[in-house]
Amino acid sequence: MYPPLPNPSVQPSALQFGPEDLQRRSASSVPAPPRQLTEVAKLIDVSKCIGCKACQVACLEWNDMREEVGVNRGVYDNPHDLTPATFTLMRFTEWENEETGNLEWLIRKDGCMHCADPGCLKACPAPGAIVQYTNGIVDFVHENCIGCGYCVKGCPFNIPRISKVDHKAYKCTLCSDRVAVGQGPACAKACPTQAIVFGPKEDMIKHANARIEDLKSRGFANAGLYDPPGVGGTHVMYVLHHADKPEIYADLPKDPKISPVVELWKGLTKYAGLTAIASFVGLGFLHHVVSGANKVSDEDERNAKKLTENRPGGS
Amino acid sequence: MAKPYDVGPGDQVHPGNPVTVDRYTTGARINHWITAASLVLLALSGLSLFHPSLFFLTGLFGGGETTRAIHPWIGVVLFFGFLGLFLRFWRANLWKGEDGTWMRRLSDVLRGHEENLPEVGKYNAGQKMVFWLMSVLIITLICSGLVLWDQYFADYTTVGQKRAAVLIHALAAVVIICVWIVHVYAAIWVRGTIRAMVKGSVTGGWAWRHHRKWLRELVTGKRDDKGTGAKPAE
Repeated sequence: MYPPLPNPSVQPSALQFGPEDLQRRSASSVPAPPRQLTEVAKLIDVSKCIGCKACQVACLEWNDMREEVGVNRGVYDNPHDLTPATFTLMRFTEWENEETGNLEWLIRKDGCMHCADPGCLKACPAPGAIVQYTNGIVDFVHENCIGCGYCVKGCPFNIPRISKVDHKAYKCTLCSDRVAVGQGPACAKACPTQAIVFGPKEDMIKHANARIEDLKSRGFANAGLYDPPGVGGTHVMYVLHHADKPEIYADLPKDPKISPVVELWKGLTKYAGLTAIASFVGLGFLHHVVSGANKVSDEDERNAKKLTENRPGGS
Repeated sequence: MAKPYDVGPGDQVHPGNPVTVDRYTTGARINHWITAASLVLLALSGLSLFHPSLFFLTGLFGGGETTRAIHPWIGVVLFFGFLGLFLRFWRANLWKGEDGTWMRRLSDVLRGHEENLPEVGKYNAGQKMVFWLMSVLIITLICSGLVLWDQYFADYTTVGQKRAAVLIHALAAVVIICVWIVHVYAAIWVRGTIRAMVKGSVTGGWAWRHHRKWLRELVTGKRDDKGTGAKPAE
């Protein structure tokens, strides 16, 4: 068992990281960070999850949010999707394992994966609305958010949600405010089965490997770690009993990466577009310099006069 | 008298020295400048969200959030503004035989050798291309723009569709800005053009030089192209 998160001290403590530890800032650049923080990760062991939703409750509570009372649509997912208030959501899947004939109840805690290569940050047009710390946490800075929804398009996991109230984007912060004072995320703290653990990413991988070995010994030959390389790895990882088919866990993408459409939009289009516009302006100037103004001559005026004077019968 | 196809309502020749020709009615000019202003505001607000180096342009609109909120509404104004222009001008912008010849002699156009060009009606092939490109691009932009208008339409499309829309919107915007530059440049380069949209009239010499067929039609009150379904004068 990974040691549980310690209870906080009652004494005020200094922040362990801050704005100087940014390695990326949307639509702007940051000075090279003076130090490299230890990369952190949240490990979600799907095989240990009992679907109690304590993590969801803890998340709402810590972030001081309320969900509307919803309606039952015949599934356990509640609410039915991530919302601006629900940063994390238990997604339930009933999956029939054809090899064993067993019905498996797969429960995946969905939420921001804190990608090493975050699509949201790449897509964001507002300077400083999305930031990434050297410890791997990707955070939204709401005072800089303009509510354009580009992050929604950039995210390969379909995570951010735009509030209908203040029109700003919301998602899991990995409890950056708690981590900054040596705590772990609220969801990890609340999990009664240690299905959610939090610590240095290296330790989390080690812990996951032990879990995977255990699962393999229990007949889950394809158990494995979900730390998708297509987005440079993530700072929220899953232990899956069927890591060969992540899509059975409520459509967890098998090989997530930033959509090529988004890459094209934020890459080539951005530069080629401005170049094209500048070239047209340049060509206009050049043409005017070379060929001069196209002026009406006196002869043109005389011809027009002649034409109008010869008009047959007028109109 | 039957109206020639590219003589608009209000187009009229006033003999004098110089001859003046009414080209745009007051309604058409107001319509044009509303559309023009919204296109410029859309370009500025759109570019501010297109490249980080232009984000400062959001300052013109009261910050990033108001830029995001106001841009789609200006788009609605542009759409209806251009719709008005479309209804006014589409007929005069239909492609004619001489337009192909004009396009093939584009190098003469650029060198200002208008004596080598066929006589053209109210619009030349370049103006017609601007007109039709604007029409197609504005439809593309309003359609893709609605997909991106999260405040009202977020729930109607998938993330995949939104991604396609944002790329199409950006590409179409770049093209329309380039078309706009051509449009504005042509108006500046061809002296005497801007007064058509400011005062509503041009000189007879301007019409003779650049739109002779249109001028002939105005003077004679008849279509100047024979055998293309022209109605006889009454």
